[in-house]
Amino acid sequence: MGITFRKETFRDDFTFKNSPEHIRRFPFPFHEDAYMYAVNIEPHVVGPRGSVLENLIDVDEHYVAEMQDRALVLAEDPLRCQSLPHMTLAGWDLLELLMEQQALGYPEHFTLTRDGDRWRWINRPLGIDDTFTFGDTSTLPYGPMEYITRQSQGDFCILDQRDGNLWMDAGMVTTQADWSLDFDIGMNFFEWHAPVPLAHEKGIFVRALKFLTNIQQGKPARRLNWTMTINPRLDTSPENYHKWGPDRATVTPENVGDKVHLRVELQSFWRLPRSNGIVFPIRCYLIKMDELATQPKWARRLHRVIRDLPDELANYKGLTRYRPALVEWLSKLDDGSATSQGFGPD
Amino acid sequence: MSTGTTKLDVVVSDVVPVNDLVTRFHFRRRDGELLPTFSGGAHVVVEMREGERTRLNPYSLMGSPLDTREYTISVRRDDVGRGGSLFMHRSVKTGMEMVVSYPVNLFSLDLRAKKHLMLAGGIGITPFMAQTAQLAAEGGNFELHYTCRTASLGTYADVLRERYDRRVRLYHDDLDERIELDRLLSTQPLGTHLYVCGPAGMINWVRDRAASLGWPAETVHFEHFAAPQPGLPFDVTLAVSGKTIRVDEQQSLLEAIEAAGVDPPYLCRGGVCGQCETNVISCDGKFIHNDHWLSEEEHRSGKKIMPCVSRFEGRSLVLER
Repeated sequence: MGITFRKETFRDDFTFKNSPEHIRRFPFPFHEDAYMYAVNIEPHVVGPRGSVLENLIDVDEHYVAEMQDRALVLAEDPLRCQSLPHMTLAGWDLLELLMEQQALGYPEHFTLTRDGDRWRWINRPLGIDDTFTFGDTSTLPYGPMEYITRQSQGDFCILDQRDGNLWMDAGMVTTQADWSLDFDIGMNFFEWHAPVPLAHEKGIFVRALKFLTNIQQGKPARRLNWTMTINPRLDTSPENYHKWGPDRATVTPENVGDKVHLRVELQSFWRLPRSNGIVFPIRCYLIKMDELATQPKWARRLHRVIRDLPDELANYKGLTRYRPALVEWLSKLDDGSATSQGFGPD
Repeated sequence: MSTGTTKLDVVVSDVVPVNDLVTRFHFRRRDGELLPTFSGGAHVVVEMREGERTRLNPYSLMGSPLDTREYTISVRRDDVGRGGSLFMHRSVKTGMEMVVSYPVNLFSLDLRAKKHLMLAGGIGITPFMAQTAQLAAEGGNFELHYTCRTASLGTYADVLRERYDRRVRLYHDDLDERIELDRLLSTQPLGTHLYVCGPAGMINWVRDRAASLGWPAETVHFEHFAAPQPGLPFDVTLAVSGKTIRVDEQQSLLEAIEAAGVDPPYLCRGGVCGQCETNVISCDGKFIHNDHWLSEEEHRSGKKIMPCVSRFEGRSLVLER
């Protein structure tokens, strides 16, 4: 049984929504009724059936629509995909990883056949059937990273590891929460995290870098991050701020349920074997408040988290303007009763 | 979460004496599948089980990263070491089942380099075997200068000359041939990266000269391949796990901790990666620090030790493990 891919949009008429099964598999990021930064990193191992962790690279009902949205972004702004010259080998590493994982998790949709360095890749949802020579860029229509990330949900940053640091030297970034690959390209781990408030004081980045530079082949790791987005827009980039920034002024008590979305990033970290780089997939999941409210535990907990969030964090995440309306809306779903342990719905 | 690596069940597929001191070992997966891909400069940790005792030594992978049907390592016999190399030479035979770690690379090529200048001393040639294979396949620009004691002990010198011809330059100690280091380092094109692997004296010499001649530290890469050294036995109290253990002459402190059922994280087992860094709670005696991870100040402080390579002599040592 395959996935039924939805026809939907992440712009203009915003027809994106989650099916009831997808609401229940949403990676709700709060395990308690409060939120503060932590180095919440854990091994990226396969999780329960029916969760987004059922496969290490998740493909869901939004796959086809997300890939169409990515193609639109790239047509308008090719600099969303960049790879510095020394990163081509890492691009091949990523192509292998994503083809292997998608074919392994979803054999009805993807097939990879290898005969030495002659590879055949079939992607049925997107109607692709290509044969190419692994390692020979001239046999693909794009560079290896661009080729495979036009067929994989989520953003991808490829980090070169040298001098005890990680460098943002390649990436495909079209579904980002207000940061720019074109701005960050070539920066190191501390440089690109410079804008994040509070975490520096806690020494979080020093510890996180130490952990990441020691990620080993065959032992990927993951963490969740979150923010909020008005309308189900994947491309909330600084380049397009003029398109989505004003949306934040359109939230009213009446439209919170439809317009305000919790945006969760499943970030994973993988050592790449040939290049010794790290790939950092950032997979974005969106859920509107009306959908989230179908799970009473999540609504109660989110109310408490947003209400008690430190102002610096609310500002950084861009919630300040509509936070009162959101808290008011969520408060009606919070009867004050206790919430159960853990992330999942009751 | 532990930062140790995943293990691979392998079988010894070939044992090939290379010269009087060096033997090459080939490993394949027991299940017949391909081994994980690796990058030039990576090592694996080989588990050597001998009776009750398990030694874990790191060895550079020296095959081509393009061929993952087998892994190959070369082991130089060390007659005064802790016995790991002697075990490999005497006891490991074709067909034997062994366990090795996933590859880990702490001596990676900088792929931005316009040219890779490699300096090897003795058995320090092994990571360059894989790196040159990787670069040659991609049309990379490299030059290898290899110092060995005598022609007959020039492990793989013939293979390298045949593969890469004039890109390889050999120097024999017995013929009093020396790398003209200053001239070599002064005549490289901009964008060259320097890699050195060999005895500690050679690494220090090359790093010092490179620094004096204005090479930026980021362009100078080195790998110490020193194995843990034997020493006097000593006793240690592990405060967290509430155990007191004895470290034998031929055992590393890390191996003794592991033998007691405590598993600190590790990667290199050679004093460079920093994973097994351990806090000292109290001590009465003298540390023998053999690592390249802690600063001199940390060595003097007596507050930290790298149990993979460092030892202790004295009355008592209490560690936070």
